[in-house]
Amino acid sequence: MSDSEANDSRESGDPPAPHADAAPQSLTELFLAFNRLALQGFGGVLAVAQRELVERKRWLSREEFVEMLALSQILPGPNVVNLALMFGDRFFGLRGAFAAVAGMLVVPLLIVLLLAAAYAEFARVPAVSGALRGMGAVAAGLVIATAIKLMGSLGTNRLGLPLATTLAVLTFVTIAWLHWPLVWVLAGLGSLAIALAWMRWR
Amino acid sequence: MSSGLASPISGVDLLGLFAHFLMLSLLAIGGAITTAPDMHRYVVGEHHWLTDAQFSASVAIAQAAPGPNVLFVAVIGWNVAGPLGALATMTGTLVPSTALTLAAARWGARRRETRGIRAFTTGLTPLTIGLLVATGWLLAQPYVIDGAHRLGAIAVVAVTVLVMLRTRLSPMWLVGLGAACGIFGWV
Repeated sequence: MSDSEANDSRESGDPPAPHADAAPQSLTELFLAFNRLALQGFGGVLAVAQRELVERKRWLSREEFVEMLALSQILPGPNVVNLALMFGDRFFGLRGAFAAVAGMLVVPLLIVLLLAAAYAEFARVPAVSGALRGMGAVAAGLVIATAIKLMGSLGTNRLGLPLATTLAVLTFVTIAWLHWPLVWVLAGLGSLAIALAWMRWR
Repeated sequence: MSSGLASPISGVDLLGLFAHFLMLSLLAIGGAITTAPDMHRYVVGEHHWLTDAQFSASVAIAQAAPGPNVLFVAVIGWNVAGPLGALATMTGTLVPSTALTLAAARWGARRRETRGIRAFTTGLTPLTIGLLVATGWLLAQPYVIDGAHRLGAIAVVAVTVLVMLRTRLSPMWLVGLGAACGIFGWV
């Protein structure tokens, strides 16, 4: 895989996507990094994954993160698990993929099952349901903030800012307001977007 | 609903549960949560293994706990059939999508610089960002649009966004703050 990395700027006239300047050194470091980010991820891991992988560790540039996220969203399965698989595979192959996913899942799985077992005891306490609501609102804010941070990558998109923004807005409207099934949106709008991008590379 | 290692549903039912989640795995485009309506139909509507409230609580517990949201699948399995149920639903959900993701990622990585793959990622990244905003919007809706304490909820969401954009504070502090606001009944 490293040869494709090295040849990134080969295509003439095309500025290479900015690359990250660091990499995980071992499977253990990979496992611990994903364990750490999963344990910080209340109400979803994506916001923390962006902060840890892009801003703190600098293992991915913003553009690389968005690219990997786009792939993990279009593929079936949990997005952040797909992201962990691709990230681990990129640095250490299959072992890396499993180390990253194990780091992300094992400890949180034990915690959530303990909570599930205890939940029946606490379900009727108003403070518990109140806390769950408050955490839910924060989780929504975290996802929105991550989206705003990644919007910067629309400007460097080869489609150009106006077209890329239009596609993003149409996706939001069809999913959030019109409640169209995601499969339709990806098949329709996604194919159109890929076709437009294809034409830009003539 | 569950206790010990003995499964409250039969082996055949357990296998059916596994098979159903196996099938849903490959349909879960956009994340496991997109197949939650069909899990609900199967587990609550068709088999009556869980009540409506138990299903919603399963999702809420996983949201509140640290870790990926997909763990709600394990909680559903646990509530249906204990540890074996959790094993059935989690492996069913993860194995097919994992195999496909690894195969696709490797295929794509080898062709990273080809026109087709570049068009693919360039075209889809704007959709990814639109999808993220939509996810945030849908997550906020129960509190911001339909909730009993709309202003408080809007404030919590807004503060979260601002702090995340302007500071390097860990999201954990915000989650703690949100929990406190909820306990005081402001959300």
